[in-house]
Order: sequence, then C-alpha cells, then structure tokens
Amino acid sequence: MKLKNYGEGIAKGMVITMKNALRRPITTQYPEQKLSVSKRTRGNMLVWDKSKCISCSMCARACPVNCITMVTSRDENKKLQMDKMDYDAGVCIFCGLCVEACPQSCLYMDSDYEKARYSRKDLKFTKEDLLMTEKSKPSGYYNPENAAKLPEQTLLIDRK
Amino acid sequence: MSVFHNILPAVFDSAPLASDWPGGFWAHMIIFIVILFIFVIFMAMAFIYFERRVISRFQIRIGPNRIGPFGLLQPVADVIKILIKEDIVPFNADKILHLLAPMAAITPAIMVFAVIPFMNGASLVDLNIGILYIVAISSVSVIGLVMAGWGSNNKYALISAMRVIAQVVSYEIPMALVIIGVVLFSGTLSMNGIVQAQSIPYILLQPLGFVIYFLAAMAEINRTPFDMLEAEGEIVAGFNIEYSGFKFALFFLTEYTEAIAISAIITTLYLGGWKGPFLPPVLWFLIKVFAVFALIIWVRATLPRLRIDQVMGFAWKCMLPLAIINLLITACQVIFLPDLSQWVLVVANFVITGILIVLWSRFFRITGDKVET
Repeated sequence: MKLKNYGEGIAKGMVITMKNALRRPITTQYPEQKLSVSKRTRGNMLVWDKSKCISCSMCARACPVNCITMVTSRDENKKLQMDKMDYDAGVCIFCGLCVEACPQSCLYMDSDYEKARYSRKDLKFTKEDLLMTEKSKPSGYYNPENAAKLPEQTLLIDRK
Repeated sequence: MSVFHNILPAVFDSAPLASDWPGGFWAHMIIFIVILFIFVIFMAMAFIYFERRVISRFQIRIGPNRIGPFGLLQPVADVIKILIKEDIVPFNADKILHLLAPMAAITPAIMVFAVIPFMNGASLVDLNIGILYIVAISSVSVIGLVMAGWGSNNKYALISAMRVIAQVVSYEIPMALVIIGVVLFSGTLSMNGIVQAQSIPYILLQPLGFVIYFLAAMAEINRTPFDMLEAEGEIVAGFNIEYSGFKFALFFLTEYTEAIAISAIITTLYLGGWKGPFLPPVLWFLIKVFAVFALIIWVRATLPRLRIDQVMGFAWKCMLPLAIINLLITACQVIFLPDLSQWVLVVANFVITGILIVLWSRFFRITGDKVET
C-alpha cells in the first residue's frame, strides 16, 4: 500500500500559495507606472516626416478603409506639393499598409497608445497634427532604424 | 445577578469591580458595552482591510492602496458607499422578517465578545461557563440568516438558507466535542480560567482538536472552502441577494464580526490567549487573533469551494468520529496519566494525530465511493 491521498494535496496547494505570497506583486499601477510596448507596435496614430515626403499619395491609395484623404498640386517648378492630408483615426484599422506602401519610408505608425478622445470629431487629424516632432515616438513597424531607438519591451514592471 | 459581580473595568484594569466608581453598576456596564461595541466595529474594518491586503499578496497583487496611506481608509470608503445606497425591499417579501433578519444575525455575533478575555480577567463578564455561553450563542446567528433567506422571497436566498442550516448544525457537533477536550485539560469552563490553565498552548496538547476546531469554525462562519452559503457561482450571493444599503452592511459586518470572534476563541482555547513574553497582554492577544485570521485567509486563497454533499459528508463521516476519538483519548490521558510530563503527551498526541489522519484517509474519500490505491 502506497501512502498517499492523506491530504498532502492540500499541503502542496498551501505551499504554492505561500510561495506566491512571498513573490513581488506583478501589478502595474497604470497611470503612474507604464510598461514599454513592443518595438514593432502599431499604435493609434500616424507620424509623418515632411522633409522626406514626395507627395505621391501611395499611402492614401493603399488604405483599405480610405481614412487618409490627400489633395496634391504642382507648384511653379512642376513639383508635387501636399495641399491637404487628413487622417481619421476613428476610421483607421491600424493595419499598417500605408506605412508599407510609402516609397520614401517617411510615414510611420506611432508607438503611443493613449489616444482616446471624448468626441469622434477629435479623432480627425490634419497634416499639422501628424508632423514628426521631438515628442513623437515613431514605431519600429516596417522601419528597423526606428526600432533601434525604442526601449526594449517589458512584460512586468521594473523587470525585463 | 451573582454573575454580574464579576464585571470588570474592561481592558484597562484587571482589578475586580470598583464599587466607588460614580454612577454605580449600570453606568460601568453601559460604558464598557459601548467601548466593546466600538472595538468590534473598528476590528471588523481592520479585518476587512487586512483580508483584502493579505489575499491580494497570495494572488501576487497589491490590493487596495489608493485611499489614505497604504489604502487604510478603504474600508471607510466602502462603508460610506454601502450606507448611501438605496434600501430596496422586494415586492412580495415578508417585510418584517426582511427587516429583522440583519439585526438577528449581528446581535449574537457581537454578544460573543462579552466573555473574551483581552487581558488577565479583562472581559466584560467573566462567566464561569464562558465557553458554554459561546457555543450556545454563536450558532444563534444562523436564525438571522434563515430569516433573511425566507423573508427575501427569492429562490436563491431560500436555497442558501437551507444549506446554512444543514451545514452549521452539522459542524456544531464536532466543534462542541473538541471544546470538551480543552475543558478536560484545563478543568474549567471560564474563558479566563482556560487561558490561565495553559502552561503550554493547547495547540501542542490537542493538535487534532485544533485541526477539527479550526475546520469546524471555518464552516461555522461560512468561509471558503465551506462557503456554501454564498457560493457565487451557484446561488449568486445566497441569503443576502435581496439586501442593499444598511441591511447589507449589517450582514457584511456580521460575517467579519464572526470571523473576529472565531479567531479570538481559537486564540483563547488553543494559542494561550493573552499569555506571552515581553509585550503587553492585549497586544499578544491581538497579534494571535490576526495570525489566526491570516491562516484562515491562507486557506481561503488556496482551496476551492466544496460541494454541499462533500461538506456534509466531511462533517459526519470524518470530523465527528475523529472528534469523539479525540475526546476519548483526552479523557484517558486526564484520568489515567495525570502526573505524566506534558511534553510526553505533546509528542504522543502529535503521533496519534498523524496516525488518525492517515487512517481516516484510508477508508474515507470525499469525492465518492471509489477507493483508489
């Protein structure tokens, strides 16, 4: 007769919960503490690098839901210029096809995820809102040189 | 009236009744009842905070920490939130029972504290039948729960009430039997006398008794794994499903008051009560109470809820025979081996406990009739 089933399963369970109690809590207290998202995340915004753009409208054509509206014209030197570039984040499905379609790699996904707004009309952005500044954090999606600048992804707070 | 002559100036002074106090006997009585009541309310809030913090550590969380330093004001916020809710009475409810049920539940739970010794002799009334009084009064709370279940006119509440009657009545029996074991060793029924008789804590002399009392007490106060009463997955919230506002707050307070009472009784019976070196007795008592409650939370964090037939089978097939055997062994030890060193009895009782638990696991399965191995 083997000595088992005398309540040792309960003892094992108690040991497991006690081990958990001695671990550090894994809670991320969100507004104060934030995790680093994946380097290749497709966040809730687009970032547009105006200096490299050739106004080819490839991004607007690649968009499956037509959330990018683009109006271009030629200036006196027969060069394309961007008159209007509207982006509706409320329609966007964040598929990243516009980023992949860009021949100059001047359009990026944002790595930010805190873009919630109170009203739907606040989700419509013009080209001034999309401009690349020091504050914007373009994602590494389809752009390895952007990925190199971003921090490593963290799954637990204060731990890799 | 003779029992009331033992009334003591509660937690501050262990001297007998100071007859020269202004206001006479009844003024003392009322003052210390109010002090005890306020103590119970604050302890209940402390226990709610303590349980939420400790169980979140068992679940690798942090727990409430937003309101006040370390979340200490969280219970206050909860109480305010509950009390400003609308008080809803179901249309076809038995309105009188529905109103009286929370009061019937909380009164016995608070009455238990009358005989708990916080220091040497520092209890509201040092009854010479203290533990008998506790056994008698603590199960009266069930009447309140049954009134709630019947008066709510709700099928879940009624099922819960039926379950709680069956469960609590079953677990009363082994609970009372193992208390007799303690009483045999101490030779007195007075709570303070039991503490004074413990030269070593009775958890060492009565390990099996402690285990049985602990499990029966968990069933008595309806805590996981014996919370058939509330079983969120099956009967939604049980007896308090139709309660809101102040009445719900009273039920919530009852649950935690009973938890405090059971922790205090276990402390008194098995852990040496207010006895302890260096620290003042009141502090020792509170430390032990919180330690017992931490053990209850640990069990709650680990074990899932049992089925109702498993709960009843555990009470009648496992706890009751073991309690009777424990009583027999204790009686034999007290009668035939009165001069034996207590430490020999400690070793012997631990060995007997181990053998009995393994033996009972041989011919009793909680999951059905099939015996493996």
